[in-house]
Amino acid sequence: MADLTQLRAMMPPLEDWNRPFWEGTRQYEFRLQYGQDGIARFPGRPSDTLDPGSPLEWRAASGRGRLWSWTVMHQNYLPAYADEIPYPVGLIQLDEGPLVVSLLRGDVAALECDTPMKVVFEKVDDEWVLPRFERA
Amino acid sequence: MREVAIVGVGQVDFGALAASRQPVHAITLGAQALSQALEDAGLDRASVDGLVTCRLPYDASANALGIRSPNLINGLEGSGRMSGVAVQYAAAMIATGQAETVACVYGNDGRSMGMTYGGEAAVSYGARLAQLQGMASVGASAAMMFRRYQNLYSAPDDALAPFAINNRRNAALNPVAVMRKPITREDYLNSRLVAAPLRLFDYCLINDGGVALILTTLERARDLRKRPIRIAASAAKAEVQDHYWSPDFFYATAQDVAGRLREKCGVTPTDVDVLQAYDNFTPIILFSVEGFGFAPRGEGWAWASEDRIGLAGETPINTAGGHTGEAYMQGWAHHVEAVRQLRGEAGERQVKDANIAQYVCVSPIVTSHVLVGD
Repeated sequence: MADLTQLRAMMPPLEDWNRPFWEGTRQYEFRLQYGQDGIARFPGRPSDTLDPGSPLEWRAASGRGRLWSWTVMHQNYLPAYADEIPYPVGLIQLDEGPLVVSLLRGDVAALECDTPMKVVFEKVDDEWVLPRFERA
Repeated sequence: MREVAIVGVGQVDFGALAASRQPVHAITLGAQALSQALEDAGLDRASVDGLVTCRLPYDASANALGIRSPNLINGLEGSGRMSGVAVQYAAAMIATGQAETVACVYGNDGRSMGMTYGGEAAVSYGARLAQLQGMASVGASAAMMFRRYQNLYSAPDDALAPFAINNRRNAALNPVAVMRKPITREDYLNSRLVAAPLRLFDYCLINDGGVALILTTLERARDLRKRPIRIAASAAKAEVQDHYWSPDFFYATAQDVAGRLREKCGVTPTDVDVLQAYDNFTPIILFSVEGFGFAPRGEGWAWASEDRIGLAGETPINTAGGHTGEAYMQGWAHHVEAVRQLRGEAGERQVKDANIAQYVCVSPIVTSHVLVGD
């Protein structure tokens, strides 16, 4: 189990532009950011840098994708995850396109590249919920 | 455009420094390397009119190095991809007449500073999100790319062993290397996992050191102390993402760089006598030999027999021991070794009749130079 106090301390500062994502996870919803071009973005940006002035909005996404690859961390770099060593971290290509890094949950022994994956949610506290991915 | 040559190289004794366990300062190490490079070239400080530092602040370094008022001065950030960039920058400034003689100076006190190259404070929102998921090192990204490669090309568990063994075998012949003990395939397979599938022996060292290179015009180089090493061609291409990753392991980007080098100087992989390949992690050597056309795509691990990439092989790689054997000098010491091989100064690890060397760095800025003895 990750150390929740340590995880809480790692949470990013919330600003107007990224708050909708974290409001989404609190409702167990995985959101992606879209601009006028219709291309999904993650982790998103404060403004549309290629089309200044045009609005960005967060929309609920499928929460599904494929496992591009993964590693199993045996070296402890992050105190929050010291008790989870060794733990798997994967790179998931979402059906909408963006890549997401995620700690992997569920049955990791059966993983292969391109395994279909889906998002799951883990509550840190009343304010923060983290998305994770597991085999779909 | 004027032709450019490397005329002076200097580096500290990495092994002695590691053994001393004394804390050191990066600028001091850069200064020691520069003094050696000047001596090597037979030049004095006053003749240097350009300074490019890397991993060192250019202003404090300029004062410490006694090069206070050069016509060219700049400092590049301290990532490994910058060593090739620094040489290109210096060479371009000389070629266009904006500088005559440029010192490129690098200092690294990563060990003294207790760096771990993982888990540092995230510099971007994206990096912060990755850390929240337990992802916190470049090595882990290299591990993911290698696992994907293994999956695509059925590469076995010991696919990287030849690169790890070769680096350490060459380091054993290098008096200034940090790691002087060769390793066996069994040692490799028994080494602990760091970010699976990568093991300890796939990882660069963490050590202190300094390196300096001096470049000038080929014309001037011919009047100096040592055999001039001409930069026959150099090219770069970026493939930058928000994190260290490439969907094809930088293959297309490396192919583009390789193609432009070939166009410029006509050198092909079979012409290269020594290959110095950037190796923060051993899969990067694998991606390099494929991306630069030394080995067929997907087969670099089978191509890289210990004989083929050894000192007497058709493509000797990382003849000084690379980042896993000699020192983690972020590509800088690879440049020094290329020069020494072409001058015939590599002692026990000298490759016979070496006349063409290639430096390759496969990373988010792919760089490569072809160096030829004049």
